[in-house]
Amino acid sequence: MLSDITLGQFFPGKSLLHRLDPRTKVILSVLYMVAVFAAKHVFLYAWMIAVTVLMIALSGISGKVILKSLKPLLFIFLFTSILNVFFTTGEGEPLLSFWRIRIYTEGLWRALLMVVRVSLLVTGVSVLLTYTTSPIALTDAIERLLAPLKLIKVPVHDFAMMMSIALRFIPTLVEETEKIMNAQKARGADFTSGGLLRRAKALIPILIPLFISSFNHANDLAIAMECRCYRGGQGRTKMTELRYGGRDYLAMVLCAGLLAAVLVGNGFFLRLGVGYYMP
Amino acid sequence: MDRLQRQDKVQLQNVTYTYSANTPFEKEALSDVSVGFAAGRITGLIGHTGSGKSTLVQMLNGLLRPMQGKVYLDGLDIWENPKEIRQVRFRVGLVMQYPEYQLFDETVMADIGFGPKNMGLDAQEIRQRCLEAAAFAGVHPSLFDKSPFELSGGEKRRVAIAGVLAMKPEVLILDEPAAGLDPRGRKTVLSGIRRYNRETGATVILVSHSMEDLATYCDEAVVMKGGQVYARGQVADIFTRTQELVAIGLDVPQIARVAALLQKEGIALQGTLYTVEGVEEAILKYIGGVKN
Repeated sequence: MLSDITLGQFFPGKSLLHRLDPRTKVILSVLYMVAVFAAKHVFLYAWMIAVTVLMIALSGISGKVILKSLKPLLFIFLFTSILNVFFTTGEGEPLLSFWRIRIYTEGLWRALLMVVRVSLLVTGVSVLLTYTTSPIALTDAIERLLAPLKLIKVPVHDFAMMMSIALRFIPTLVEETEKIMNAQKARGADFTSGGLLRRAKALIPILIPLFISSFNHANDLAIAMECRCYRGGQGRTKMTELRYGGRDYLAMVLCAGLLAAVLVGNGFFLRLGVGYYMP
Repeated sequence: MDRLQRQDKVQLQNVTYTYSANTPFEKEALSDVSVGFAAGRITGLIGHTGSGKSTLVQMLNGLLRPMQGKVYLDGLDIWENPKEIRQVRFRVGLVMQYPEYQLFDETVMADIGFGPKNMGLDAQEIRQRCLEAAAFAGVHPSLFDKSPFELSGGEKRRVAIAGVLAMKPEVLILDEPAAGLDPRGRKTVLSGIRRYNRETGATVILVSHSMEDLATYCDEAVVMKGGQVYARGQVADIFTRTQELVAIGLDVPQIARVAALLQKEGIALQGTLYTVEGVEEAILKYIGGVKN
């Protein structure tokens, strides 16, 4: 049912990746994403896969969870693969040709590398951020990293607060939706039959109570915050100050090295002229 | 009293239900439960928080489907034809806990009519049923054209209950219908439910924490403990087992405790020792006996 949806699921733990400063992990994720997109050569993909497997091992997240997180992408994989296989024109003779369809080696490589690239992106970012960082730590990190924007009057603290409140209320709203659906089902509401218009209309008895309760939540929360004299980020101190440690600097240096290696490798393998190179 | 009886309107047979099965968060809410609810009577369903009461009632109208076991309505398996489960829900009305959140329509009248409308009844019949349901639930006619969101908490509760009563269910289940209401609101709601039972002959199942309500409004009682049925019996019989009820974490009515203390002091009371009226009578009788 609804409660089975996993939204940015956090697995509490004490692994090396869990212990890294959340800001470090945000920076690492950005570097990692750039590296994945920069990699053009098939050997570099192999290298990125190795790095990602190492990260999974360091995070202590089971491989099963990772595979499960890739499952919803299966359709996208299939779709892009088909497009790539059938619509890539390569140099030289086609590998297979019948009727008006020509399949080139380049198309197959391209399809494979696209799948690898997307899987790496999803896996890497979930391992670095969502699986090993609690949502609260994550918003905290984003607030700190964006702090320079305060100079140009961007309300960074307010955005971060809004984000943590939104995250906090997702499970509550999911639970409430389920409750409301059950109550309306008990009155004979039918969400599963009829045409599109009828189904859309059937959602009204769920959406209206849901909106009302969201407004009530917002109101209660605002009052509760006001009662505790909340007045934005001005002069506010943190219960747990974020502090970079040795492992954070080490991780950042390693990750920058990874990106550099990918960039150098691109040029090197291109000149070498072996293996498949994705344009 | 047997857990299952021939004159039961609804029955659960060997029902097991587990939440989040096959995950680390697995939790068994009902384990091998067999119990019936007598036709035409008001049965109180009591138990500690987390004893499986709410799960059990959601089984009875098909909101949850048992993982093992069967649910019978008038002797027929309700899951015989899963596509027709809506028909079961029209016959077994369920008022959920804090049902106010189910209100959504523009007027009170339209909201009460949501169930009957889903049943496909004509406008005349819907109106008729709404009026009857409103009368049972204590919704004043002056509220009919108001928006349900303008009402007070107690009024909203009554409108929500009327919304289920309007389907004229043969079995009416209420999950803590009086929770959070003031004493007067409690009385209006609960006596309205009793009137519905007496006048239509419907089977009523009342989930409650309050032993006082059980003592005042119910005929029979089913006691749950840790996902299983601990006891089923007439209310009077259940209340003779005060010690056991306290042992499994349930409160007995205050007046029953007073009576128990008096008896401990050697004052032999006799009669209905769990309602204020009953104990009053017993004490008067006792005093009369001493004087003579």
